[in-house]
Amino acid sequence: MAVSSPPPKSDLQSSEPRPLSRWVGPLVLLGPSGLWLLFLLVLPVLVIFELSLVPNIRPGDVVNPSSLANYWLTFNPINLNVIVRSVGLAVSTTLLCLALGFPVAYWIAILAPARHRNLLLLGFILPLWTSSLLRTYAWITILRPTGVLNSVLGSIGIPPLEILNTTTAVTIGMSYSFLPYMVLILYSSLEKLDTSLLEASADLGAAPLQTFWKITVPQSLPGIAAGSLLVFISSLGDFIDPELLGGASSMTAARLIYNQFLGQTQNWGFGSALSMILILAVSIAIALLLKYGDRDAHR
Amino acid sequence: MLCIEFNRPTRRQLVTALNPHRPFIHAHHPTRGNAPMLQTAPPNADLAGRESEFDVELRKVFKVFNGETAVRGVEFGIRRGEFFSILGPSGCGKTTTLRLIGGFEMPSAGEVLIRGQSMTQVPAYRRPVNTVFQSYALFDHMNVRENIGFGLRLKKLGKAEIQSSVDEVLELVKLEPLATRFPKQLSGGQRQRVALARALVNRPAVLLLDEPLGALDLKLRKQMQYELSSLHQNLGVTFVMVTHDQEEALSMSDRIAVMRDGRIEQIGTPQEIYDAPKTPFIADFIGDTNLFEGHVDQCDATSLIIHTNAGLELRVERPEVTEGGRLDRGSAVVVSVRPEKIDLHLYPAETTTNTFEGRLTHTMYLGTHIQFTIELLSGAVLTVRQPSNMAEHPAINTPVFVSWSPTHCLALAAR
Repeated sequence: MAVSSPPPKSDLQSSEPRPLSRWVGPLVLLGPSGLWLLFLLVLPVLVIFELSLVPNIRPGDVVNPSSLANYWLTFNPINLNVIVRSVGLAVSTTLLCLALGFPVAYWIAILAPARHRNLLLLGFILPLWTSSLLRTYAWITILRPTGVLNSVLGSIGIPPLEILNTTTAVTIGMSYSFLPYMVLILYSSLEKLDTSLLEASADLGAAPLQTFWKITVPQSLPGIAAGSLLVFISSLGDFIDPELLGGASSMTAARLIYNQFLGQTQNWGFGSALSMILILAVSIAIALLLKYGDRDAHR
Repeated sequence: MLCIEFNRPTRRQLVTALNPHRPFIHAHHPTRGNAPMLQTAPPNADLAGRESEFDVELRKVFKVFNGETAVRGVEFGIRRGEFFSILGPSGCGKTTTLRLIGGFEMPSAGEVLIRGQSMTQVPAYRRPVNTVFQSYALFDHMNVRENIGFGLRLKKLGKAEIQSSVDEVLELVKLEPLATRFPKQLSGGQRQRVALARALVNRPAVLLLDEPLGALDLKLRKQMQYELSSLHQNLGVTFVMVTHDQEEALSMSDRIAVMRDGRIEQIGTPQEIYDAPKTPFIADFIGDTNLFEGHVDQCDATSLIIHTNAGLELRVERPEVTEGGRLDRGSAVVVSVRPEKIDLHLYPAETTTNTFEGRLTHTMYLGTHIQFTIELLSGAVLTVRQPSNMAEHPAINTPVFVSWSPTHCLALAAR
């Protein structure tokens, strides 16, 4: 997109820049990231697409794309079940992040004193500075049958909960991992909220909760959509949390793909087909956001 | 709850009130054109017995923000149907005062009453007032019709009722063709009308206007001034407007409260404020004036002789009582003379009272008037305004003579 816009004109040159100089600026600016994208995203995706068309491929085989069999394998009830579970986990993680993140973002953006905002945000982002593997192991020590949670519950007379190795544990772990992103995006949206709109709403007779639902939420809808999409995509593709916290009962699409390449199953073609389907699903979600997410775009 | 019920219009009230052609509404309008009865209300005296007279009443209201006092003991009563302006330079506390009435701020001390009921701790959403915000604060995710109907929908009125009320007020502000537009598709003047309509449709006891015309260009502002005035006359709703534009306040208000440093400096009709300012600040802030600092040299029964610091001797009609008490010999005073009250001659006048020679240094053509800047022999600089159809225009740097009557200037106690 940026390639089509001409570089800034110099007054000393003629008003029509030479064709070559018109390309220099965009090339210098976009070249490095363009190469990075080409070799680390576009080409690998093309390779995966090619692999997805080869049935029963194993390491060392000659690649001969010939059929859609791998895609049909996805609709096998067991695999479909895994995909549905993955989407369900991603949706519940997104909703949990929204429910936990909105009040925090609202408080930091609107209620907290302005001079403390950056510090509060920083405090919220700090967990991102530790390794995600470490954070997930921390959740294991909290959630395991003899872990921190159950010893606390036991000491106040509540029977132990079995959370580790369930989808609940996966949801908890993923929400913890992705909550900071949600808060950051919601914050940047709520920070732009014109507080005189809230006063106008109160002035017209809306109680605080009515103002929240009728003004604050609609006004921050772009942020809600963007944050939800980011968390949804991240959870859908997350591997560490389901693998470490989910146990055998919570097989997800990401784990299934892992197994096709590095696990016991070893079916590169099916793994590639699953990956293509995930990529397609996420791309559609992003396209929908771009088309309808911005309120001003369609008015 | 009570306030909301109180505020809810019946269908008939709305029709009669919003219909500008009903003559009896004019007859009901209480204050316009009755300048002599608009004396400043003594704030503390016998309030208890006449509470219902005021739509808004502030009693010794203070507001402190983080140790900074924005409003210091403001008190006034605004009569039903009055167009009341709060005027002052920026930072004088006028907007805070309006926000205290609207319920967006709670007073640190003192009491706010609306229609005789204490609103001191009542939140904004339960007060029978509506506000036109300086930024208009329109909801950009709703179209014009939805914006205007917002308050009525909250009151759970019927769909048909909301529809017809919104239609009426759309007609009132001449926005019917734009009803389905969104705020971003409107011009500044149109947004202003939507903000006005959105407030008025709720039939508030009091309409609060926070610098309502500040964002409009001059021509549109003049037009909206006129429209606001006629709306006020036709509706009979109490208007409270905050402005820093003294011309706007003078031309639209029944009464004006001039604020400075969180206090009210003077409350009065536009004429009182202009012709009889109580302090040098007001004389200077309202309109243009020439101020001379000095002290009282002699006083007799009818007039004062004042020696100014620049060495002029002025004769001023004796004021009855001023803010600073009686003016006696030796009192420090400021004399205010309006530019249009000064006569300009090319030859010495017959009288010597308040007559001085000077030199014309600057001329500004203002359309209806010409403004002359004159440097007196003593070095003082005077502004004089004459109708532009005056007989002879003096030329720059020519000697001129200025004079004014002792009744046309004011002696104000200096602080």
